[in-house]
Amino acid sequence: MLEATLQSLKRLLIAFAIAITVGTTLGFLFARSRFLDDTLGFLVIALQTIPSIAWLPFAIIWFGLTDTSVIFITTLGATWTMAVAARTGIKNIPPIYLKAAQTMGTGMGWRMFSQVMIPAAFPHLITGLRTAWAFAWRALVAGELIAKGVGLGQILQDGRNLGDTSLMLCIVIIIAVLGTVSDHFCFKRMEDKILVRYGLK
Amino acid sequence: MQHPIIEIQHVNKSFIQRGGSDFTALQNVSLSIQKGEFVSLLGPSGCGKSTLLNLVAGLEKADAGSVTVGGKTVTGPGPDRVVVFQEHALFPWLTVLDNVAFGLKQKGVGKAERESIAREQIKAVHLTKFADRYPHELSGGMKQRAAIARALAMDPEILLMDEPFSALDEQTRLILHRDLEEIWMQTGKTILFVTHNIREAVTLSDRVVVMSTRPGEIKKEFMIQATRPRDKADSNLYHMENQIMQSLADELEKVVKEEMGDEYSLQEKRLSDPAADHVGSGI
Repeated sequence: MLEATLQSLKRLLIAFAIAITVGTTLGFLFARSRFLDDTLGFLVIALQTIPSIAWLPFAIIWFGLTDTSVIFITTLGATWTMAVAARTGIKNIPPIYLKAAQTMGTGMGWRMFSQVMIPAAFPHLITGLRTAWAFAWRALVAGELIAKGVGLGQILQDGRNLGDTSLMLCIVIIIAVLGTVSDHFCFKRMEDKILVRYGLK
Repeated sequence: MQHPIIEIQHVNKSFIQRGGSDFTALQNVSLSIQKGEFVSLLGPSGCGKSTLLNLVAGLEKADAGSVTVGGKTVTGPGPDRVVVFQEHALFPWLTVLDNVAFGLKQKGVGKAERESIAREQIKAVHLTKFADRYPHELSGGMKQRAAIARALAMDPEILLMDEPFSALDEQTRLILHRDLEEIWMQTGKTILFVTHNIREAVTLSDRVVVMSTRPGEIKKEFMIQATRPRDKADSNLYHMENQIMQSLADELEKVVKEEMGDEYSLQEKRLSDPAADHVGSGI
């Protein structure tokens, strides 16, 4: 069971990392380019409304019943939320921060992005991270139910095959506990710390 | 005569308003500023004084004419002319020390060195005790001091100040005036200072440039010849203040008419003076 939990967490973390990177980048592009926002931005909103499990049949055709499929749909589950949060966050940065940074020589490239935009948008990004994390969990368990390999969803499926309700309930509790604990000790803490530091609380 | 450090020649700038019509913010403005000079741009709101400062800062581009700094045409913002904004614009995620060191970090100065420079500047604005605090823990005046320290840490040739003290209370402002004058005398920076406060312009500057509104043009320049450090009670300053007030009267009239309609007038108000209505009533 520990093995299954670790395997699930590994998939989750990989997918989450990809989702954050892609999502933030997309959000940044949407916030900076009106054209992209009007075209792709709309598409992202549309994609966000699709339950990521709906992509699993596609993933199975493309990648087979493998880890990659599960990671793929987990990533899809989290990316769009992250992109929308990052877009809002970056759009809401007071323009004066950007002006001030420019006069101090950041330019408009990577340094501006990493040293000013990301920290300035952090309160929004954290909210995005929390939602993305929850979405990723959902997609992950749903994906694992169907795909092969060791994982919590797979044990859940085994439980069904064996008619072992207690095992299934046990897994559900593990999922809930992991989700809450990670949210509480990682994201909530980070959020509280940042809100205090930014003087928002 | 020395070559001016800031040279603004025949600059025009207009913005597109919401209705789609053009709004001329600056029309044929020319101004040159010598190295080490303290120049104030003074005028009613909407006269384009902040726009002019933004042009020098490189945050906006002129439609026509040229802006050169140190002989080079301004194409974008640069660390040789740092802006102190009306709202301090300190980064809330950095401590005062890191905020002040931010510009040096962009220049590629090493950590130890930039911290020592930053501490020095923080000391110069009397904030040593607050170096490790975050901006939201400071008062308005302290934030503005930190912003000044941040600008000075870059050691720019030119300091551009866009109504830096207008959001502060009167007492804090007076103290900051004195401190800014002291810093200016010690460092010999060129300062371009935007304000709508006549007293502030007169007490701080060598030269006050009065701007007129709609379209924004330079109306008149006043040299302020008074001893440094400036003495608030200097009668010379009062005299200058009155003169500037007079030259601004027409501009205020224009602004008032724009906002309240044509029937409202500052100068003709005397006609409805109650004293005039009661002439002879005591007979």
